[in-house]
Amino acid sequence: MKPAPFDYLRADDEEEAVAALAEAGDDARLLAGGQTLMPMLNMRLVEPAVLIDISRLPGRAGIEDDGTLIEVGAAATQASLEAWPPLSARAPLLARALPLIGHVQTRSRGTVCGSIAFADPSAELSLCLATLGGEVVLRSRAGTRTLPAAAFQTGMLSTACRADEMVAAVRFPAAEPGAGYAFTEFARRHGDFAIVAVAAIAQENGIRIGVGGACERPVVQDWPPLAGSALDDALDALAWSLDAADDHHASARYRRELVRGLGKRAVQAAQETRP
Amino acid sequence: MSTLGTARERVEDAALLMGRGRYIDDMPTAPGTGHAAILRSPHPHARLLEIDAAAALALPGVHAVVTGADARAWSTPFLVGVRQPMEHWCIATDRVRYAGEPVAVVVAEDRYRAEDALALIDVRYEPQPAIVDPEAALGPDAPALHEAMGGNLVSERDFRYGEPEAAFAQAPHTVTTTVRYPRNTCTPIECLGLIAAYDPGEGVYDVLSPFQGPMTLHPVMARALKVPGPRLRLRSVPESGGSFGVKQALFPLIVAMALAARKAERPVKWIEDRLEHLLAATSATNRVTRIEAAVEGDGRIAALRLDQLEDCGAYLRAPEPATLYRNHGNLTGPYRIAHLAVTNRVVLTNKTPTGLNRGFGGPQLYYALERLMQRIAVTLDLDPLDVIRRNLVAGDAMPYRAAAGAVLDAGDFPATLDYGASEGALDALRAKRDAARAEGRLYGIGLAAAVESSISNMGYITTVLSAEERRKAGPKDGAVSHATVAVDPLGAVTVTADSMPQGQGHRTVLAQVVGDALGLAPEQVTVALEHDSQRDPWSIAAGNYSSRFAGAVTGAAHLAAVRVREHLARIASQRLNCPAEDVRFEDGRIFGAANPENDLDFRRVASLPHWSPGSLPDGVPPALRETARWTPPELTPPTDDDRVNSSAAYGFIFDFCGVEVDRLTGAVTIDRYVTTHDAGRRLNPALVDGQIRGAFAHAVGAAFYEELAYADDGSFLSGTLADYLVPTTCEVLDPLILHRDVPSPVTPLGAKGVGEGNCMTTPVCLANAVADALEAAIPDLPLTPARIAAVIHGPEGAPPTEAPPGR
Repeated sequence: MKPAPFDYLRADDEEEAVAALAEAGDDARLLAGGQTLMPMLNMRLVEPAVLIDISRLPGRAGIEDDGTLIEVGAAATQASLEAWPPLSARAPLLARALPLIGHVQTRSRGTVCGSIAFADPSAELSLCLATLGGEVVLRSRAGTRTLPAAAFQTGMLSTACRADEMVAAVRFPAAEPGAGYAFTEFARRHGDFAIVAVAAIAQENGIRIGVGGACERPVVQDWPPLAGSALDDALDALAWSLDAADDHHASARYRRELVRGLGKRAVQAAQETRP
Repeated sequence: MSTLGTARERVEDAALLMGRGRYIDDMPTAPGTGHAAILRSPHPHARLLEIDAAAALALPGVHAVVTGADARAWSTPFLVGVRQPMEHWCIATDRVRYAGEPVAVVVAEDRYRAEDALALIDVRYEPQPAIVDPEAALGPDAPALHEAMGGNLVSERDFRYGEPEAAFAQAPHTVTTTVRYPRNTCTPIECLGLIAAYDPGEGVYDVLSPFQGPMTLHPVMARALKVPGPRLRLRSVPESGGSFGVKQALFPLIVAMALAARKAERPVKWIEDRLEHLLAATSATNRVTRIEAAVEGDGRIAALRLDQLEDCGAYLRAPEPATLYRNHGNLTGPYRIAHLAVTNRVVLTNKTPTGLNRGFGGPQLYYALERLMQRIAVTLDLDPLDVIRRNLVAGDAMPYRAAAGAVLDAGDFPATLDYGASEGALDALRAKRDAARAEGRLYGIGLAAAVESSISNMGYITTVLSAEERRKAGPKDGAVSHATVAVDPLGAVTVTADSMPQGQGHRTVLAQVVGDALGLAPEQVTVALEHDSQRDPWSIAAGNYSSRFAGAVTGAAHLAAVRVREHLARIASQRLNCPAEDVRFEDGRIFGAANPENDLDFRRVASLPHWSPGSLPDGVPPALRETARWTPPELTPPTDDDRVNSSAAYGFIFDFCGVEVDRLTGAVTIDRYVTTHDAGRRLNPALVDGQIRGAFAHAVGAAFYEELAYADDGSFLSGTLADYLVPTTCEVLDPLILHRDVPSPVTPLGAKGVGEGNCMTTPVCLANAVADALEAAIPDLPLTPARIAAVIHGPEGAPPTEAPPGR
């Protein structure tokens, strides 16, 4: 459980990082919090020629709120977002999801952008970004482009990020007035990846629901206001539409059941938390 | 004031809490020491055609590559416990039989380089069909793991005690259940590791490791290395990062790395990583048990029939099939069942070889027996508490000779059961269940009882042989422990013993035991337990397993300390002018019972045998040092009719719990857990409760989370701690622990073992509660949410045909 040899470059600024990335391309890996990459290196599941450490990029460790979007930089840890004082007022969905991500130890190293970039189908942050309709800022030597979440995550562990690009920041839409937010998930143990996770946003004129863990990437749907059996029917249709898969931990059928049940809990909780 | 029987903080903890523990990976190494990595088979079953290590050897920094050819040159296959043509080499020679089996060892300047070299070794395999299911492995078409054996059945024995057929014929009811106990392991924080050296001048292999015994394996290793015992020197490290039996599995690696050190011509250090550990270190046996009881209408069991199919993995690795036989004498548990029929079969499959694991056979046995007790209650519509109580051995029947030979030494099981039920408020829990059910919740109560066997009889494993085979092989029995108490020239006391602790606090307890005998505070007693097989006394039973410390090792230490005290009493009696039997030892002083004011300092008296051996009374030896050996005479060889007292002491446990099952997720929440123990005399109650809590946590893992799972093709599915789920403190509640102690008459201090019991009772107690909550048949362990949900969710509706309401 020792990595293969690699070169290590700690980027002093973003230009240096993207220049190195342009040079090494597929042979490079970006190291931020290392919570996924380090085990993969140690298991020799990846053997990059060079590691580009972006964990100390100046100006990318912070959280900026421009009134509409909350931008989290590439070096910002999950713990720093969790500890951001206005979090529960400005991003209530994230405030509910963050404590469910791993453990306090992994959050103190793991970055928000690293989780989005890795694109695990069960990742709480990817689900929040997709449900909120956020965006991802990609930076390369050629310049900067911004993709909506739905265009960024293309499948299981796969994204639209090119080999010469880094996720420089992600932007979460700030809380909307009159909206209620809820996040619920089921995991085997405290801190485990969710078998199914559901994010819900309730507004006066509709419901938005996002489901993670059940299939390759988060699925988001917008519904009119629903309750009772109409809500059950919508959740049932959603559950069947996901094309959930069997694996070592759970069957597809079990996942559908969780989508129905957790979905109902999440939607109702979101409706109840509307101001 | 003696501290024996009182809670004392552990003397071990100061170093551990300050980060000063000395574990195997912390131990200094000689200059030039190489670091080993193991190339492991990716195939569960394959012929090994060719190994080309040239590219690996050409890599700078690589010292040696060791393969099966070296094993053939310098070693022999390991001894196995049954007569079968099965060759188990420390490194595979011509065939691999489980995913993860060592195929080569690389020794390099560091572990990184060694792992680089692994990728350069070219191995040609010819994959063979693999078999993982123990029942399927018995089929006529199943691929045979060991061609010379023909099939995969390594042992089959039938046992009959009393008149089971007649009892079954007469009984009004027969209740049967079949259970499949899964593979799991106890996951110590520290994996395996060792530093091996070879001295070609003297022909001595010298291995430093946290190997815990049993030292029956020392002759197995020495024989495999083709050296006399003294030329395999095993030394233990000061600290072990946990074992729970698992570090017994070091022994094949000790042999492999001894050969690596010989070939590399330098010491070799090997630290197992977690991936290796999960894949290939060891496992508890998986077992299929069909259990059947002949039952009276009131739930009394007239006879029991057990059909046990034990899966030991790819090789019968010593001391297997001990898992199957460890509880042979007490197969009837805490119950008075005179008639017993047993069929034991041991089968090999393409999985990691099995070995010691906390509970060692108890979890498998009691999962079957106590599920059966619950089934009896349900089938006959009886209170499960009554079913248990009516079958328990009565207090006045002790010592009780069980059908298969166990001599249950002491205890009042019914009284302990009633104490646990009342102190633990079982009635209140029942009321809570009724209320929860009235609200439509899935709430259940589970019960389980067990005898916790401790201090294994070295002869129990020979029950796998026929009486005639045993006669030919010669008798095996006993359970010898050693301890030495020495007094230095300033009167300070030192204790050594053959206990090989793995983190339990043995030093703390031995200081209490010896301090108690000599009238000293535990702080005045130094305990050193790093064991050296060349210099320290030991016998085959030495080591840390079968919960033998509290009864056996402390017993030897007590006897040694008493001998020292007797010598000191004779010296003191001359000076105090009183008979030696009137001499008292208290608070570091020695005095006559009649005149406590006229006292002597312990150290002055105790140092005399060093400074003035010439002035000692007759019979008092110079330079005081006493080694005591203890073996319980109750441990005799199996009789010709296969009765065996498989353990020296038998504690008693009664558990009950309340659980709630979530209707949506199938997740189980433990609402309340009460565990009542008769562990005999508790030498340090805090450490006893620590053992109970630890075993309970392991058992929660076994019940709900942990399985070393294999796909049907033999590939391993639980290779990381994201796949092999160990419960954390968030998932394990603190049980209510109750005690009702009846000292053992067998052990010198009255203590019984206590380290393993909850691994035996808790998984089945929780499963019984889930069965009660679901009021249905339950799936096999682990009871994962998805498995439970499959029972409660019922059939799923058809997918909707209408389009969903929006996008």
